[in-house]
Amino acid sequence: MSTDTLDTLGPEGLPHMDNPSLPYLRGERIPHIWCPGCGIGTTVNCFTRALGEAVSDLDKVAIVSGIGCTGRVAGYMNLDSFHTTHGRAIPFAAGLKLARPEMKVVVYSGDGDLFAIGGNHFVHAARRNMDLMVVCVNNFTYGMTGGQLAPTTPEGASQTTMPFGNFEKPMSLPFLADAAGASFVARWTVFHVRQLTRTLREALGKQGFRFIEILAPCPTLFLRRNRLGDGVDMVRVYKERSKIRDGADTKDVDLGMDGDIIVGKFVDRERPTWLQSMNAHYQQVFGERYRPWGGVREQD
Amino acid sequence: MSQDKPVRQAKGTVFVRPEVCKGCAYCIEFCPTECLGFSEEFNAKGYHYPVLKHPEECTGCGLCGLYCPDFAIFGIRLKDIPQAASEPPVPPKAG
Ligand SMILES: Cc1ncc(C[n+]2csc(CCOP(=O)(O)OP(=O)(O)O)c2C)c(N)n1
Ligand code: SF4
Ligand code: SF4
Ligand code: SF4
Repeated sequence: MSTDTLDTLGPEGLPHMDNPSLPYLRGERIPHIWCPGCGIGTTVNCFTRALGEAVSDLDKVAIVSGIGCTGRVAGYMNLDSFHTTHGRAIPFAAGLKLARPEMKVVVYSGDGDLFAIGGNHFVHAARRNMDLMVVCVNNFTYGMTGGQLAPTTPEGASQTTMPFGNFEKPMSLPFLADAAGASFVARWTVFHVRQLTRTLREALGKQGFRFIEILAPCPTLFLRRNRLGDGVDMVRVYKERSKIRDGADTKDVDLGMDGDIIVGKFVDRERPTWLQSMNAHYQQVFGERYRPWGGVREQD
Repeated sequence: MSQDKPVRQAKGTVFVRPEVCKGCAYCIEFCPTECLGFSEEFNAKGYHYPVLKHPEECTGCGLCGLYCPDFAIFGIRLKDIPQAASEPPVPPKAG
């Protein structure tokens, strides 16, 4: 339900209109808690537009998040939403998908949640080609807990737990997803709102393990600590540093504090999903005796 | 409206919810026609919010609404607003 009827400024003499993201959100929970200039809300706009274009029945979409600022997305979306424990969004989503194969299941979470505490789940879900769409908002830090080092923090960047600059090599998320076997891998920044919307729409229409990384500013912690300005300054930098390279080799898409930011659709390949492989395998082993699992039947 | 340019007919317009704006300036910075600017007034939280400074330049492309992290603004083509197609609108006053 939207709550904005009274306070919208629009041109005189025209009917009131609601923000197009609002029908997809739990209106009573808006305004959200994200800081001024936090990029997470921008990714949500792109996701809502993609949902509107790709999905006719929103009852058939579930969204699962872990813990973190990005983890709050599931709670704001007016879908079947699950806010799981830290790092466990993917195993929860995989269980949901296998129990209800007719659902589209989207995991939406932060880089710390998906790749630090949850990294193991990510690798194995990609290896198995679980039929999940995983959206990672990468802000290079643990936002919710105050700006600690993340596995994605670029070399040289300062964090509360790395105050003299990071000396660890960060993980390249598209490279990891590709190596583990994901069937679809893409990266955009919040500057690329149109391309991101298109990619999210495309991924919603596909099967298999789909991974979309979105670079987004965390002005309060990452930008302030590293003296990178406001959100709008960082998005301008994304615009300047980004190079669109569809089909780029994922071993060439590392990120640093400077240098090119390679964006685009890197991987798009056909592989049987885990459920398809299981059904095909047991049909071969047991023949007629095996009843393939495709979801609950009405008469069951 | 600027004096030196020929008067253009607006193709689009914006709807703004001043009270949920956090003043991040994404909409103003990334509007392709640079038709937005900050209001003179503050909202209750102390932020300036966007207003159409050059309403005739707005194309209704919708980018401001894609960028806004707070769902506080969106742009729309006039032909997509039911009553607007026939009568051009009077935009809100730039503050
Ligand atoms: C088991 C467990 N360990 C640690 C935490 C503390 N914690 C909450 S969110 C978070 C990291 C969030 O970082 P990220 O996933 O990158 O999300 P962001 O807030 O940056 O969007 C941590 C470590 C927790 N809630 N539960
Ligand atoms: S702490 Fe960072 S990631 Fe969290 S809401 Fe604020 S800006 Fe966004
Ligand atoms: S709809 Fe497009 S042209 Fe109009 S204010 Fe928004 S971004 Fe600018
Ligand atoms: S993008 Fe949204 S929150 Fe930021 S200044 Fe514009 S209307 Fe306000």
